[in-house]
Amino acid sequence: MSKKLKAAIIGPGNIGTDLLIKMFRSEWIEPVWMVGIDPESDGLKRAQEMGIKTTAEGVDGLLPHVVEDDIRVAFDATSAYVHAENSRKLNELGVIMIDLTPAAIGPFCVPPVNLAEHAKNLEMNVNMVTCGGQATIPMVAAVSQVQPVEYGEIIATVSSRSAGPGTRKNIDEFTRTTAGAVEKVGGADKGKAIIIINPAEPPLIMRDTVHCLTKEAPNEAAITESVHAMVKEVQKYVPGYRLVNGPVFDGNRVSVFMEVEGLGDYLPKYAGNLDIMTAAGLRTAEMFSEEVSNGAIELPARG
Amino acid sequence: MNLKDKKVVLHDMSLRDGMHAKRHQISVDQMVDIATGLDEAGMPLIEVTHGDGLGGTSVNYGFPAHSDEEYLGAVIPKMKNAKVSALLLPGIGTVDHLHMAKDLGVSTIRVATHCTEADVSEQHIGQAAKLEMDTVGFLMMAHMATPEKILEQARLMESYGANCIYCTDSAGYMLPDEVTEKIGLLRAELNPTTEIGFHGHHNMGMAIANSLAAVEAGAIRIDGSVAGLGAGAGNTPLEVFVAVLDRMQANHGIDLYKIMDVAEDRVVPMMDQPIRVDRDALTLGYAGVYSSFLLFAQRAEAKYGITARDLLVELGRRGTVGGQEDMIEDLALTMAKEKGLI
Repeated sequence: MSKKLKAAIIGPGNIGTDLLIKMFRSEWIEPVWMVGIDPESDGLKRAQEMGIKTTAEGVDGLLPHVVEDDIRVAFDATSAYVHAENSRKLNELGVIMIDLTPAAIGPFCVPPVNLAEHAKNLEMNVNMVTCGGQATIPMVAAVSQVQPVEYGEIIATVSSRSAGPGTRKNIDEFTRTTAGAVEKVGGADKGKAIIIINPAEPPLIMRDTVHCLTKEAPNEAAITESVHAMVKEVQKYVPGYRLVNGPVFDGNRVSVFMEVEGLGDYLPKYAGNLDIMTAAGLRTAEMFSEEVSNGAIELPARG
Repeated sequence: MNLKDKKVVLHDMSLRDGMHAKRHQISVDQMVDIATGLDEAGMPLIEVTHGDGLGGTSVNYGFPAHSDEEYLGAVIPKMKNAKVSALLLPGIGTVDHLHMAKDLGVSTIRVATHCTEADVSEQHIGQAAKLEMDTVGFLMMAHMATPEKILEQARLMESYGANCIYCTDSAGYMLPDEVTEKIGLLRAELNPTTEIGFHGHHNMGMAIANSLAAVEAGAIRIDGSVAGLGAGAGNTPLEVFVAVLDRMQANHGIDLYKIMDVAEDRVVPMMDQPIRVDRDALTLGYAGVYSSFLLFAQRAEAKYGITARDLLVELGRRGTVGGQEDMIEDLALTMAKEKGLI
C-alpha cells in the first residue's frame, strides 16, 4: 500500500492548478480529484489533461467518491463564503481540510511555526492565513521566540497581476486575518497588516517588510541568528524566500525586508505571494501524511 | 482663462496631508485651532485623519501624536458650518474605521486607491454610500495612467456608489495640459451628477496652475491646504488659490483675509521646516514619486549616507506607488551595501 495520502483540490483556478503541479512532485500526497463548478472551465480541462478525475458539480460531485477513492485530504481554494459548507461535508467523511480561503474556521497554520502541533493533534481543518501572513509571520515568530514582542507589523507588496478578484473584493479580510495571525501565530501582543498592490511592469516580485517592537532592548545577536534560521526553514518549501535586508535594529524596533520568488510552476515567478500559499498548503498536508506514516497519528476510521 | 462665476468647492488638507509634513505630530489643540479658523473663513470641507488615512498609525507611516478618534472627536463638535472628511486607503484602513468615522460625525469619506487599482475600493465605497455619506473615489498617482485608464477606474468607483471622483496628482508631477485632458475626459464621460475633483502637490511649482486648469476642465472640488501644509512641497496653498480665484471672480465662498491670517498666524508658526520646493521635493515631482516619501528619504539619507535625491529617483524608476514607504529604508540599505558604506 502506498504511503501517500490521496487528495482532492477544490477550485481549479490559478491556485488550484499550481497546487496540482506541485503535488505531482510530492512524496507524501497524491492528487486524485479536481473539483470545480463550471464544466467549461480551463482549470478542469487542464486537470483532466493531467490525468486527474474531475467533477463540475462542486463538492457534492466529489462526496460519493471520497470513501471508494480513499480521499484523506482536501485543499479548498475557492472562497470564504462556500468554505464552511465544503469543510463540514468533507470533515463528516473524515477528510482533513486545508483551507486556503480567508474563512479561517480552523486554527491558523504557518508551517515552520505551528504545523507540527496541528499535525500531532490531527486538526481536521487548518487555515493557511493569507499570502502576506505566510511570508511574514515566520519572521515575527523568529523574533518572539527570542524575546517578547509588543507589536508586530507587516507590509506585503504584491504585483497587480498576482492579486486576484477575490483578494481585491475582500481586501479588509486580508488585513484583519493577517493582523490576527501576527498575534496568534507570530506571538506579537498586537498585530497590524498592510497590503499594497503595485501595477509596475514587468511585475515586481512579492516584497514583505516586517517590523517588530520588542518590549525590552532587542538581543541583536540572538534575533539575527533566529531570523536566519527561520529563513532556512521556510526555504525548505519556498526556495525563493529571501532575506534582502536586515534584521535592522533601531531602538526597540527590529525590521526585516524580504522577497518571495515563486517556483514558477503554474503561476509566474513574481507571484511569490500565491506560490507561498500553495507551497505552505502542500507542506501542511505532507506533514500530516508523514505523521500518519510513522504512526504518530491515526486517520479517522472508515468502514 | 475665464472662470467668472464658476463654482469651486475648496477642501482643506492641512490637517491630513499636513500630517505628513508634521510627522503626524500635530497636537489636538493645534488641530482645533486651525479647523476653527478655517470654519470661520468659510471653508466648506476640512479633512482630519492620519496622513495615510484612517488606520494609518504604524511603524511604516508613523505613529501619530493622537488617534484618529481623538482628533475627529475634538474637531467635529467645534465646527459651525464646515463639514469634516476622512481619508481611507483600502489595504491600510478597513470598513471598521469607516464606521468609527461616521459615528464621530464625519460626513465625507474619501476612499483612495492607486489609479489602476480601483477595484479594491468596492467594500468601502459601497458601505459609505449605503450609509448615505458623501462618498468620494480618490484615484492617486494619476500621472501613472492614461486618461482612458483613469476613466475606466473612475467608472468602477462610480459603479460602487461614489458621488465624486478625484484625479489626484500625488507626486506633483502633472503639468496643466495633462490635468485638462484627464479632468476633461472624466467630466465628459462620467455621470453628469458625479462631481469631479482635483488634488495637487506643488513639487513642480504647478499646484495653482493645475488647479485652475482642473476648474476650467470641469472639476468642482479642489483640494489645497492652508499655507500649503502637506507632503512634499505641500498642496495647493489655499490662501494663494483663493486670492487667484478672487481676481478671476470665481465663486469660492471664502473670506480671503481670514484664510490669509489662518495661514500666517496659526499654520506657519507650527511648521517643522519651511514647506517649499527644495531639491528633494522638486525631485519628487520630477521623478513622479509619492509626495509623502520626502521625509522618509531624508531620514534614510541621514542614516545610511545615500542622498534623498538618488533614493527618490530610483524609487520612481521602480514604479513604486503610494504606501510603499517601507521600500525607502530597504532601498537605502541595498544602495549603501553596494557602495560599501555598511
